[in-house]
Amino acid sequence: MAKSAPRTASKAGGQVSPTELLQFYRDMLLIRRFEEKAGQLYGMGLIGGFCHLYIGQEAVVVGMQAAAEPQDSVVTSYRDHGHMLACGMDPKGVMAELTGRRGGYSKGKGGSMHMFSREKKFYGGHGIVGAQVPIGTGLGFAHKYNEDKGVNMAYFGDGALNQGQVYESFNMAALWKLPVVYVIENNQYAMGTSVQRSAAGLKLCDRGAAYGIPGQQVDGMDVVKVKEAAETALAHARAGEGPFILEMKTYRYRGHSMSDPAKYRTKEEVSKMRQDHDPIDRLRERLLAEKATDEAALKNIDREIKDVVSMATEFAQSSPEPDPSELWTDVLVEA
Amino acid sequence: MPTEILMPALSPTMTEGKLAKWLKNAGDSVKAGDILAEIETDKATMEVEAVDEGILDRILVEGGTENVAVNTPIAILRGEDEAAGAAPAPKKQATPATPQPAPTGAPAAPTVITAPAAEPEYTGATATHTVREALRDAMAEEMRRDPKVFLMGEEVAEYQGAYKVSQGLLEEFGPKRVIDTPITEHGFAGLGVGAAFGGLRPIVEFMTFNFAMQAIDHIINSAAKTLYMSGGQMGCPIVFRGPNGAASRVAAQHSQCYASWYAHCPGLKVISPYSAADAKGLLKSAIRNPDPVIFLENEMLYGQTFEVPTDPEFVIPIGKARIVRPGKHVTITAFSKMVAVSLAAADILAKEGIEAEVIDLRTIRPLDTDTIVSSVRKTNRLVSVEEGWPFAGIGSELSALMMELAFDDLDAPVARVHGADVPLPYAANLEKLALPQPDWVVDAAKRVCYR
Repeated sequence: MAKSAPRTASKAGGQVSPTELLQFYRDMLLIRRFEEKAGQLYGMGLIGGFCHLYIGQEAVVVGMQAAAEPQDSVVTSYRDHGHMLACGMDPKGVMAELTGRRGGYSKGKGGSMHMFSREKKFYGGHGIVGAQVPIGTGLGFAHKYNEDKGVNMAYFGDGALNQGQVYESFNMAALWKLPVVYVIENNQYAMGTSVQRSAAGLKLCDRGAAYGIPGQQVDGMDVVKVKEAAETALAHARAGEGPFILEMKTYRYRGHSMSDPAKYRTKEEVSKMRQDHDPIDRLRERLLAEKATDEAALKNIDREIKDVVSMATEFAQSSPEPDPSELWTDVLVEA
Repeated sequence: MPTEILMPALSPTMTEGKLAKWLKNAGDSVKAGDILAEIETDKATMEVEAVDEGILDRILVEGGTENVAVNTPIAILRGEDEAAGAAPAPKKQATPATPQPAPTGAPAAPTVITAPAAEPEYTGATATHTVREALRDAMAEEMRRDPKVFLMGEEVAEYQGAYKVSQGLLEEFGPKRVIDTPITEHGFAGLGVGAAFGGLRPIVEFMTFNFAMQAIDHIINSAAKTLYMSGGQMGCPIVFRGPNGAASRVAAQHSQCYASWYAHCPGLKVISPYSAADAKGLLKSAIRNPDPVIFLENEMLYGQTFEVPTDPEFVIPIGKARIVRPGKHVTITAFSKMVAVSLAAADILAKEGIEAEVIDLRTIRPLDTDTIVSSVRKTNRLVSVEEGWPFAGIGSELSALMMELAFDDLDAPVARVHGADVPLPYAANLEKLALPQPDWVVDAAKRVCYR
């Protein structure tokens, strides 16, 4: 069990209602349990190829999405399961895509890294590091062009931040005042290369300074702080002030992908993060300390989440593989 | 009910591994995320984490055991309130996904390529226009028709286009829809794709397609593949257009034909017109099309004049070649500027009694194989002409197609006329030696006619 985080608990106490905190707990737990199950299914050979788990980073997307409006759009990299769940996509459809089945969001043709939902304004799921950044900038362009008051949230990692296209995007977004919030999920490792070994300069959130883009570093392991920062950034972008950069200091507990033994960091480093900074344990402590809930109620939530994940798993194993004829569909809209 | 913990696969290729050691003992209580054991694969040592909470009831495979197959039960986990030693839950579909009854080979691609209906012969009013004006008019008409259409690129607005193709568009449509970009091809190609995902209809101009190599990741990986990867949800209606191929004396980096590069990729449509009428009719179709379209123009053709239909509803279907000169002795296929080279060759051949049928491919992908095959059935000979390099070029594809679809109709091997297999040189004499000339086509046609 994690140590309590009293500073956090007292600071933001008045700003977030107990109901909302419970919702954060539920949302983060769903991602955690879903990802643990995905890891297990991978181990059983039911999920193939690449599978990048979000365990440890849950507070980032849950806090961000809590501040979003329904018209806002989201785009991210290949570490995308958590984002889809936080956007309200059905865990069944996500899990069935992981197992490559007909009931998956992409009918089994995209897999872990490529899922989309126009309905939930989730635009992928992109496998080329950094490519989602100009795409998100283009979604922001469309929000502005359509005057729909929407903002795009483009999520990417500390590794992607070194791609040239990120700065091409920053430049255009700042030049044209596009409504985009760039969310750097700084989990401190680009695959096996630490930020210290890959990024020159100081704070990653300052990488937009040359373009006049404001940036803010956030404790990405604290869902409440994430939500507060998201509110500021989204309001800025929505008001027509242009893009905003949020650097979420976060941590992934698992390897970069399933086959990564993570030899580039010590076990102590990982367990210290889990012990002292786990976003779910911290929130749990806070909920109990503030008497917003009790052990029994939390246990009920745990059970509900477990059921949701079980149902998704069941569906992902029982949904049939795509029909062989699907090989030839969806290449073009108009063949 | 107790559950079995199975030997996990820790990489896409792992089939077995060594259970190096247990970090928990029988009787220990575990919670999700706890590390249970270490496993050595051929690549690395990995940790196995618990997924469920409970009590480790029994260890079935001792630490140090080699060659443990993936999915072998290695331990049994029971709930906090369950009796020790109970039988595990029956394994529920714990086997890896088995493919459906293996089809004998992948199902074949639909082989019958139904060509789009031939365009009706246009009988309305025409006006004399340059290719440049035709392209501009196509964009203007489509922008009037659909407010979601916009143009972006380097120098397209205030400068009126580096080659003046977008002349007057800023004035008519304003800076919201005619957008000067920074010199940032990778960035604005990706931005265009995002805008298309967001419901707009971008026309992205590359000052030349040489610079689109900076952007090709977004063209292929983001624009062409996403519809498929999304199971049909995420169409990307976008046109990437600009001059392609050699201009004049601009040397190797500014003189490359990309037709075969893009035509290689499923998910794209590739158009490369010759005449102003085709440029207009096909660009209008491209803008209306729901798929990503690569529209390859040619700087040397921009100033050439043709008769162009004035009806704003005049469009030309994508995927339809056109016989620009009928003949019966040999079929010559070409696209873009090479149509002019081929027509010049046909004039020379006619004087020598060889009547060449010249086909303007117009669309490279999907290729109008029906028109080409019917012509070859008549002439029994094919000469493919392109400006690009030979290896894996359009001519290579046509050669293969003729073997597959018209082998018995061929009276001679398919001949390929193409640019020299070198980076394009600057010197005037060398440049001329590197690019297909009418006499190259004449020689090839005579060769296949055994003359």
